[in-house]
Amino acid sequence: MVRKMQAKRPQVNAAHGENVLQPAARNTDGIAPPRDLDTFPKLLRRNAMTRGALAAFRYKQLGVWQTWSWAQAYDNVRALAQGLYTLGLNKGETIAIAGGNRPKLYWAMTAAQMLGAVPVPVYADAVADELAYVLENAHVKIVVAQDQEQVDKVLSVAAQLPHLTRVLYDETRGVSDYDDTRLVNLETLIEAGRAALAGDARLAAAMDARIDAGRADDASVILYTSGTTGRSKGVVMLAGRCVAAATGTVAFDGITERDEVLAYLPLAWVGDHYLNYAHAFVAGFCMSCPESAETTQQDLREIGPSFYFAPPRVFEALLTRMMIRMEDAGTLKRRMFHYFLGIAKKYGADILDRKPVPLSGRIAYAFGNILVYGPLKNVLGFSRVRVAYTAGEAIGAELFSFYRALGLNLKQFYGQTEAFVYITVQNNGAIRSDAVGPAAPGVDIRIAPDGEVQFKSPGMFASYFGDAAKTAETMTPDGYIKTGDAGFFEPGGQLKIIDRARDVGKLHDGALFAPKYVENKLKFFPNIKEAVAFGDGRGFATVMLNIDLESVGNWAERNTVSYGSYQELAGNAQVYDMIEKHVDAVNRILASEPAMAASQIRRFLILHKELDPDDGELTRTLKVRRGFIAERYGALVDGLYNGADAADISTEVTFEDGRKGIISARVKIRDMATHAGSAERAA
Amino acid sequence: MSAEVLLSVENVSLRFGGVKAITDVSFDIRKGEIRAIIGPNGAGKTSMLNVINGFYHPQDGRITFRGETRAQMRPYVAASQGIARTFQNVALFKGMTTLDNILTGRTLKMHKSFFWQLLRHGPALREEIENRKFCEGIIDFLEIEHIRKAPVGKLPYGLQKRVELGRALAMEPTLLLLDEPMAGMNLEEKADMSRFIIEVNRHFGTTIALIEHDMGVVMDLSDRVVVLEYGRKIADGTPDVVKADPRVIDAYLGVAH
Repeated sequence: MVRKMQAKRPQVNAAHGENVLQPAARNTDGIAPPRDLDTFPKLLRRNAMTRGALAAFRYKQLGVWQTWSWAQAYDNVRALAQGLYTLGLNKGETIAIAGGNRPKLYWAMTAAQMLGAVPVPVYADAVADELAYVLENAHVKIVVAQDQEQVDKVLSVAAQLPHLTRVLYDETRGVSDYDDTRLVNLETLIEAGRAALAGDARLAAAMDARIDAGRADDASVILYTSGTTGRSKGVVMLAGRCVAAATGTVAFDGITERDEVLAYLPLAWVGDHYLNYAHAFVAGFCMSCPESAETTQQDLREIGPSFYFAPPRVFEALLTRMMIRMEDAGTLKRRMFHYFLGIAKKYGADILDRKPVPLSGRIAYAFGNILVYGPLKNVLGFSRVRVAYTAGEAIGAELFSFYRALGLNLKQFYGQTEAFVYITVQNNGAIRSDAVGPAAPGVDIRIAPDGEVQFKSPGMFASYFGDAAKTAETMTPDGYIKTGDAGFFEPGGQLKIIDRARDVGKLHDGALFAPKYVENKLKFFPNIKEAVAFGDGRGFATVMLNIDLESVGNWAERNTVSYGSYQELAGNAQVYDMIEKHVDAVNRILASEPAMAASQIRRFLILHKELDPDDGELTRTLKVRRGFIAERYGALVDGLYNGADAADISTEVTFEDGRKGIISARVKIRDMATHAGSAERAA
Repeated sequence: MSAEVLLSVENVSLRFGGVKAITDVSFDIRKGEIRAIIGPNGAGKTSMLNVINGFYHPQDGRITFRGETRAQMRPYVAASQGIARTFQNVALFKGMTTLDNILTGRTLKMHKSFFWQLLRHGPALREEIENRKFCEGIIDFLEIEHIRKAPVGKLPYGLQKRVELGRALAMEPTLLLLDEPMAGMNLEEKADMSRFIIEVNRHFGTTIALIEHDMGVVMDLSDRVVVLEYGRKIADGTPDVVKADPRVIDAYLGVAH
């Protein structure tokens, strides 16, 4: 399955990083798409011609699913492109897309690409400051906003945006009273464009010519990284490479126009642009957009996608909710559930991988499928899922095997924005939870002497927008991209990622300390939502924890522990006792692994507030920003290491409406016993 | 807001046996305004709303709604003339879904016979689709898509209040009576509800009379405020005037002066 890349990758000249829109070296690989299918507008045109009547987009409006065929989508995108052209959007300029998953916002991306302009999707839940940074950094000329909320944010920072000329909006509610002359209704613009194209054949011909003029080495999209450390960077993707990468993975999983996805991932995240947008355009399947973020679960059930992606935390939340519900179910149901779950754990994964299974096992599993697994998957919206992926974080073995046992073909891939997007991917039948698979189609991977994973991929990025220095820093002289992750290949040929290379540190005694490894082990417990481990340059390892309010709240209800807030529950002594058991269990696991035995947790505390991206503690993709947290909760870190049994802290928090406030607390700290493992250092 | 009076209450008195709930109260509600009725517990606020929509029949006084004067209103007449209300204690059909609850607000707009509706065919089906569309518009407006199919009994209180507002809106009322729309809500829910009330008032032009205890909300939302105490009116005017009225401060806000 793994093809080594034969041809030389064009090297990206660092000097070009200043101006991405200058064509980079021609992509001359064997896997480059044909000239007439090397951009998204060209793919859209092809889809409109060859499968014009098939569904391309769906969106639920006023309770009814509305469908647009490829032909209609093409028509709308052309009309919008014409509209954007009249607003003065030119080749090489940038246009931001701010909002949730809506067909019109996807069309705005393709319409911009049709003009040779570059869409910059931004996170819908970004606060005004973050938004301003991206819009300013990308020199955005036009913003397409979903609704009043986004319009308000953009207008509030408009003074910092010298390039901004127009703000288009989709939902009129609340915005119609505004008298800002920069505001334009998206629908009005599309209709005006449609009328113009229909009324003047020359305009239509000019639009055709623009589509033809699109080239493989045009910038196709700028995706901002989540910024785990510091400000996020704009990753510039080239059209031909995007198409080439998506073509490779579409073939890998046998994705066809009959597949279906629910496009619920954030537009600004590479996962959405790749797994939904790029895959849909290449394979010609339908993207359904959820009615709103809150209805995703119901919409999933109604649409019944055949391809599904979710980060591990979504699978974890689903499992937690499922288990809580089962606790509340009647005795018969509960017994049936647990009995057949046992059967599934025994045979499910083997049946999925087409391995030999005794007939009795197959019969029992078939019954289970009728009584438990089938209905369960139906409720979760997984009935028709053919391929499901998870990526972005490590996934617990228990969690992973639970879904596979139910018959969900859950696989892992490893990727990053700069790779667009797969670096490794697991083959059907060769699935494991603790490794991420062999190299993806067309990807070349090597492990640097210091353990860092480096790769070349068909979709690899061209540069960071306007940051040649960063681009040069990320590339090796021979054209490989540094992932910043430390990893190694298993004997079975699958890549195993340990941690961010930069984060792997050492304890005083020289033992290896990989914080994420410890954190992930903790987070596999449903009661623990987040963990932040410290230990680099210290004598021993300690952690700060967030409890999972849903899971622990449910426990509290069952055990008649009353609480008024997260803070109160987090400080509860019984909760501490429960978490202490989890930490102890993790210590036992760590003790059994020679390389990690020294990383056993000596002291822990439960934070008085939930870590939140609005306070900068997590990234928008909900990854822990360890350095920032260490600084912000310095008093607590000191407490963890000075032997005190409690520490005082007061921090500023940002409320959902943008106001700020201070919360202070006295946080208890507990000592832990360590276990003797294979290593001799027992405490 | 125009000066045109939509509803006026003149010298209304209401007694339950010997207990005087309302004594000689007069005020008016102008078309397009948000009118608040405030007062300490037991001041007769809810009784006043009940008089307006015909649930209670006052012994004395007259009520004029849209130019028509009558001594007594009947709930059915009030509803068909365009007065809708929500209740202090949520009064929804707990076992029914959000959508079905809101659809019940369309009862008066459904004209096809029971027989046709049973067949779910032809004109009855068209009528049902029309009304469903209208209710979906309300669901969209109130941002409750995610609970469309959820039984309301299981919803948090704040959402139930919102569903109840939705049902009242389904009647396309001229006058909307809200009895403590924000009782028991947290800050965020209150902010949401205030936003909805303002939008209903501005965009649909619905006149609103509300009872509310949160003084911040009342003073922010209302165009005019009437204050009751022990069944009597003690003040009437804009929020600023009412706030400054020593009798109101004395009786209601409880601040010594």
